[in-house]
Amino acid sequence: MKKLFLALVAAMIVAPAALAAGGKVEPYKKGDWAFSGPFGVHDKEAVQRGFQVYRQVCSACHGVKLLAFRNLGDKGGPYHLEQCPEGIPEGTDCSDPNANPYVKAIAAEYQITDGPDDSGEMFQRPGIPADRLPQPFANEQVARLANGGALPPDLSLILKARKDGADYVYSLLTGYEEPPATVNLAPTQHYNPYFAGDMSQLLKEEFRDEEGHPKEGVEIPHGGVLAMAPPLVEGIVDYADEATPETVDQYAHDVVNFLAWASDPKMEQRKRLGFITVAYLLLLSGVLYWSYKTLWAKVDH
Amino acid sequence: MKHQSTYVPKTGVERWLDRRLPIVRLAVDSFGDYPVPKNLNYWWTFGGILMVFLVIQIVTGVVLAMHYTPHASMAFASVEHIMRDVNYGWLFRYVHANGASFFFLAVYIHMFRGLFYGSYKEPREVSWILGVVIFLLMMATAFMGYVLPWGQMSFWGATVITNILAAVPVVGESIQQLLWGGPSVGNPTLNRFFSLHYLLPFAIFGVVILHVWAFHVSGNNNPTGVPVKDVKKDTLPFTPYYTVKDGFAIAVYLTVFAVFVFFMPNVLGHPDNSIEANPLSTPAHIVPEWYFLPFYAILRAITFNIGPIDSKLGGVIAMFGSIGVLFILPWLDTSKVRSMRYRPTAQLWFFLFVACCIGLGYLGSQPAEGVYVVWAQILTAYYFAFFLIILPLLGIIEKPKPLPKSINEAVLKKSGAAPALQPAE
Repeated sequence: MKKLFLALVAAMIVAPAALAAGGKVEPYKKGDWAFSGPFGVHDKEAVQRGFQVYRQVCSACHGVKLLAFRNLGDKGGPYHLEQCPEGIPEGTDCSDPNANPYVKAIAAEYQITDGPDDSGEMFQRPGIPADRLPQPFANEQVARLANGGALPPDLSLILKARKDGADYVYSLLTGYEEPPATVNLAPTQHYNPYFAGDMSQLLKEEFRDEEGHPKEGVEIPHGGVLAMAPPLVEGIVDYADEATPETVDQYAHDVVNFLAWASDPKMEQRKRLGFITVAYLLLLSGVLYWSYKTLWAKVDH
Repeated sequence: MKHQSTYVPKTGVERWLDRRLPIVRLAVDSFGDYPVPKNLNYWWTFGGILMVFLVIQIVTGVVLAMHYTPHASMAFASVEHIMRDVNYGWLFRYVHANGASFFFLAVYIHMFRGLFYGSYKEPREVSWILGVVIFLLMMATAFMGYVLPWGQMSFWGATVITNILAAVPVVGESIQQLLWGGPSVGNPTLNRFFSLHYLLPFAIFGVVILHVWAFHVSGNNNPTGVPVKDVKKDTLPFTPYYTVKDGFAIAVYLTVFAVFVFFMPNVLGHPDNSIEANPLSTPAHIVPEWYFLPFYAILRAITFNIGPIDSKLGGVIAMFGSIGVLFILPWLDTSKVRSMRYRPTAQLWFFLFVACCIGLGYLGSQPAEGVYVVWAQILTAYYFAFFLIILPLLGIIEKPKPLPKSINEAVLKKSGAAPALQPAE
């Protein structure tokens, strides 16, 4: 192991060209995101729809282990309530996620493994707001077994964990294409021009020279291959709101909004406090500048 | 600056304390009516800014440590717990993480200021050397702090840098073992880094006191480099003149800082650190935080063996040498003139040096291949040549401009306030 590390470091210092190898990816599509910019806020309805897409599609393979049901009802969360809807007993504080009827209902739709009980057995019970969203797989090994050796990453922080995360995930979800004619794909591989990879490895025999390098004039396709088949198809999720189109583009847009909230649930609180802080500091700077000018007016400097 | 104490204890309690522990006297003498040259420009405000950031880092760090778990399998989750579940935890963490960047930005400006105005020269050598010690401690602290969130860059940055130390002959492997606490970067490494990351800032605080003490004995340098001749004409009491001016600069700097903390808190970070550390998966490009990039470029610029020194050790020597050379800078610069204001040739080389450092920073962020390596080698050569050849030679061959007789004269000339000095019309 140590030798390996040393070799790695030597390689990085002396000949990092090898590490820098890899193909280019297509420039990402630029989405129109409600949450971007200093005034950006989460589009609560899009986050709710995105959560629905996550539950019905993504959650089959991807966890969001940092999210608890209560987060949905937190201030800034998609199901947060300031006031209780009708039919809730008097005196309930629905701004508390634990009392939020939507959050309680969503949590109760899940079965959570709890325990051990007094007889030492684990048992199943309906979820409560304090529970975290259940993981799709019991462990990494099962996850790999079910996905042709690939490990579906947890999505809690995925937008932060990729450069231009929102545009990247949106481009990836909507960007699947038929593989170019110059490459050979295994049945478990799916071509996506936005996925980082090295397509030169997959060039067909007739496009390589004797040493296996791409022949002159052969263009290496952008992007790479991934184990995830195109997850979204038109109509796969049934939106309650008839006005919202049930297209791949809309699903991808909504799920990105959900993931943006999941990776940065305190964003609105942060920006709000930011305006107050910057305003205060500007005012303070102004007062101090005036004091400085007044104080130094009589001094040559 | 030799400064007669003017403190007169007014109350009985103060008189009682003054005879036993004259701490109020010390504070008044150092930051009250302490005489400061009246011509200091805004570049001199960064010392105060650095003080503020040291305190910010320590205060936010202590709070973060209350909620953080230094364990390889829990550290990443505990940081996210701070971000999501701790009240205003996101604020403390973003202030701390961006605070490191703004701390380094300020320290670089502070060092370039010292370089330009010759603040390292007699009689301020000790203050300068202590400053370099602080800089080294800051680098160690920041490096270990970056490991604590246990993201991919944390882990692989720690792996790369600790492996570099193994290149040091004889003791290198032992140092590496000691840092790792095991066969590779792992839980013991995280634990000792956390402990040291908490300890070192207090060491910094101690050296900062010595650093300030040292230049309070010699007195502040100033943009002319001419020493104070007449305390009455040349200086102003620190309070209120510089407390207010520094206060203004600190408020402006904090405003820019707040824009980063609240509106783009992750711009200076790296996306890979939002992925939990995985010893089995190496990121495509391992890059340190921006403030280490120039040194990273120097490390990677040495791609050739020099006699018995192989390229890897050569890189390590160059990287540490680039900071080591600062320790002997007071004796490398042969010019009797402190301020480069009066050294037109040295000025040009200085600005080229600043550009060189920024260039090295850019190259450190790029893959070390092709033309990037060649440029890194050229700029590394210039970096060392500036200290080892240019500054020693310039002092001998350069003809400086005439110096003002005193700080007061320089000030009056600039503001045109003294009619006697103006030519008759």
